[in-house]
Amino acid sequence: MRWNNRPSLAISLVSILTLAAATLLLSAPSGERRISIYSAAANYSLPVLVRNGVDYVGLLEILEPLGSVSSKLNGQRWKMRYNNIEGEFDAGSSRARLHGSYVDLPSPFLLEEDHGLIPVSSLSNLLPLFLGGPVTFHESARRVFVGDVAVHFTAQMSDAAPSTLVMNFSSPVNPKIATETGKLHMTFTHVPVVASGTPTLAFNDKTISSASFLEANGAAEITIAGKEPLFASFSNDGRTITIAAAPRTPPPQPAQVIPPAPPVASGSAAPHGPHFYFAVIDAAHGGEERGAALSDTVAEKDVTLAFARRLRQELDGRGLKSMLLRDGDTTLSLDQRANLANTAHAGIYICVHADSEGAGVRLYTALLPAGGENRGPFLDWDTAQASSMAQSESSKTGLAAVLQARQISVRSLVAPLRPLNNILIPALAIELVPPAAGVSGFGSPEYQQRIAGAIAEGLYGMRAQLETR
Amino acid sequence: MIPRHLLIGVTIMFLVALTMGFYLWRMRKRVAPLEAAAVTASSGPAQIAPPASGPTEQATLFVAYDDSGVLRQQAVRIPLPSGRQQRAQELLRSLISVYADKPSPHSIAPGSEIRQVYLVDPGLAVIDLNGAFASGHHSGILIEELSVVSMIETLSMNIPGINQVKILVDGKERDALAGHADLSGVYDVSQVNQLADLFQNP
Repeated sequence: MRWNNRPSLAISLVSILTLAAATLLLSAPSGERRISIYSAAANYSLPVLVRNGVDYVGLLEILEPLGSVSSKLNGQRWKMRYNNIEGEFDAGSSRARLHGSYVDLPSPFLLEEDHGLIPVSSLSNLLPLFLGGPVTFHESARRVFVGDVAVHFTAQMSDAAPSTLVMNFSSPVNPKIATETGKLHMTFTHVPVVASGTPTLAFNDKTISSASFLEANGAAEITIAGKEPLFASFSNDGRTITIAAAPRTPPPQPAQVIPPAPPVASGSAAPHGPHFYFAVIDAAHGGEERGAALSDTVAEKDVTLAFARRLRQELDGRGLKSMLLRDGDTTLSLDQRANLANTAHAGIYICVHADSEGAGVRLYTALLPAGGENRGPFLDWDTAQASSMAQSESSKTGLAAVLQARQISVRSLVAPLRPLNNILIPALAIELVPPAAGVSGFGSPEYQQRIAGAIAEGLYGMRAQLETR
Repeated sequence: MIPRHLLIGVTIMFLVALTMGFYLWRMRKRVAPLEAAAVTASSGPAQIAPPASGPTEQATLFVAYDDSGVLRQQAVRIPLPSGRQQRAQELLRSLISVYADKPSPHSIAPGSEIRQVYLVDPGLAVIDLNGAFASGHHSGILIEELSVVSMIETLSMNIPGINQVKILVDGKERDALAGHADLSGVYDVSQVNQLADLFQNP
C-alpha cells in the first residue's frame, strides 16, 4: 500500500486505537472460530474446534476440496490417503507417519466419531508434505495460502476534489460491506487479500482519515475511517473499490414548496435523512452470475447492464441524479445490493431484469415473505420493504400509465424477488422482454431509448413524491 | 466318444434356448404396436395419468400457461389417498405430469419431480423439489413465479388448513428457483392467493 498525504500524529493515534478496537472485535469469542484455506483450486472456510485449549481442525475436511481423499479406521489407528500420499495417525499420539517419514505434532492427534483432528498449528508442517508445494500459514489469523494465490492491493488518495480513496486489487474482490458512523468495513472471507506493506495508513484529508488492514479468524478486514458517511463503489470488474463521502443533495430552491413529511409510524426505520441520489439503478446479475441465457450468445446480465446505463443517462438528462450499483461485469450478492441501496438514501430503487419470452415490459413490486417481525428500532430484513410498499405500488401504477400512454405493452405484477423485499425505500423491478426483432433487439439503441425514456419520464413526473420521503 | 446322456442333455438345452428365443421374438412383435399407440396418445391433448390406483376424486389444479403468462384452474379426477400428506404429494405430482406432457402449457425440465411434501402443523407445508426441477427450470421472474404460485395454489385449494409454504430443493434450502423466484423465505398463502387472482385475471 502507498499513500500520498502527510500523516499527522493525532490521526495516527486515532488509527492505532481503531485498529486495536477492531482487533478486539474480530477476535471476540462471540462468533464461531474458523480457518480459511485459499488455493488455486478453491477458497473455503472451515470451523475450528477447541479441545483442551488447543485449536483443532479436521484433516480430511482441509484436504477434500484439494484432491482425492479417503480414510480407514483400525482400532485407534487412523489411516488416510490424499491422492497418492498416505498418512497414519494414532489417537492421542503426537507423532504421525506421513509417506514413510515420521512427523511430530505440537499436540496429540484426536479421533472424534471417525474424524481425524489435527492441531491447527501443525498445518504449516503437514500441508507442504501433502500438497508438495509451498504453503504460507498466517497462524494468528488462521489463514492458509496454498501456493502463490494472495491478492494484493494498493490504496491511494486522489488529489482531486472530492476526496476519494481508490483501492486497486490484483484480482476481483467481493467483500461484505458494513457501515457505521464515520467507518466503512470491508470483510474478505473467500478472497486471499493480504497487505503488502504497513497495515495502517493515515491520510491528511478532511474526509477520509485512515485505512487499516486486519486479519483474524479466517478473514481479512479493511476499515476506512472518515469524518463523514462513506460510500464504496465497485468498478474494473471488481478489481477497483472507490471510497468517497456519500454525496448529499443540494439544498432546496427557495421557490420550491416542499410538503411536510408524512408522520413516521412507530417502529419504522425507513431512511428520512438527506437524499444522496434520486434513484438507485441495479443491473441484476453480473460477474459469475449470468442470469438467464436469453439466447446462445446473449446473457441477461449484459442486457440489464446496458439498459441500466441507458436509464441512468435518461435520468441524468432530466436532472435526476442516479447511481448504478454495478457499472461493470461485477458479482454482487443480493445482500450487498440491498445494503448499498439502503445506504444511498435515494428516492427509489429500480432493479432491471430481462426475459426472452413475452412482450413489452413487466413491472414488479415485492411479495413479502411470511413471518417478518420488527423488534423495536430493528427492522426485519426479509420484510424491510413493508414500510414503503404503498409508495412502491403507487410508483408502479404511475410508471405503467406512462408506458401505456407511449403504446408500450406493460403488465403490473407482484413477485417474490430479492432484494426488493430488503429495500427500505420504494422499490420496483423492471423486466424487459424482447422487442419484435427478438433477443438481439435488446441491444438496439432505439429500443433502449424508447423504454428507458418512458421510464425516466414517468419517474420525473413522480419526483416530488419520491424526493420528499 | 461323447457319452449318450450328455448328448441328450445338450440337445434338450439347445431346443429350450430356441423355443425361448422364438417366444421373445413373438412378445416383442406384440408390444411394438402398443408402444407406438402410447407415443401417439402422449402427443395428443393433455391427459393426466393417474399416479396411483383406486377410486378417483375431483381436484382442482392451478395450471400455468407460459404463452399468456396466466394461471387457469383445471378440474381433474385423480386417485387420491386418504392421508393429507399423501394427498398433497399426489396433487403436486398430477400438476407436474401436466407440465411434463407434450405439448406442455408450462415447460419444465425433463426429470423434474416432487420428491416429497411434508405437512407440518400448524398449517405449514414443505414442498421438496428434486434438483432437476430447479437446475433445468427456465430462468425468468414471471415463469419461475408461475411455477411457485401454481404449486402453492394447487396445494392450498385442495388441502384445507395450509397457511404457509416453504419450498426446498433436494431437501435443502435454496436462494432462488432459477435465479429469480425467492425460495429462501416462507410463502404466506393468503398473499399468494391474491397473486393468483392477478394471474387469473390479467
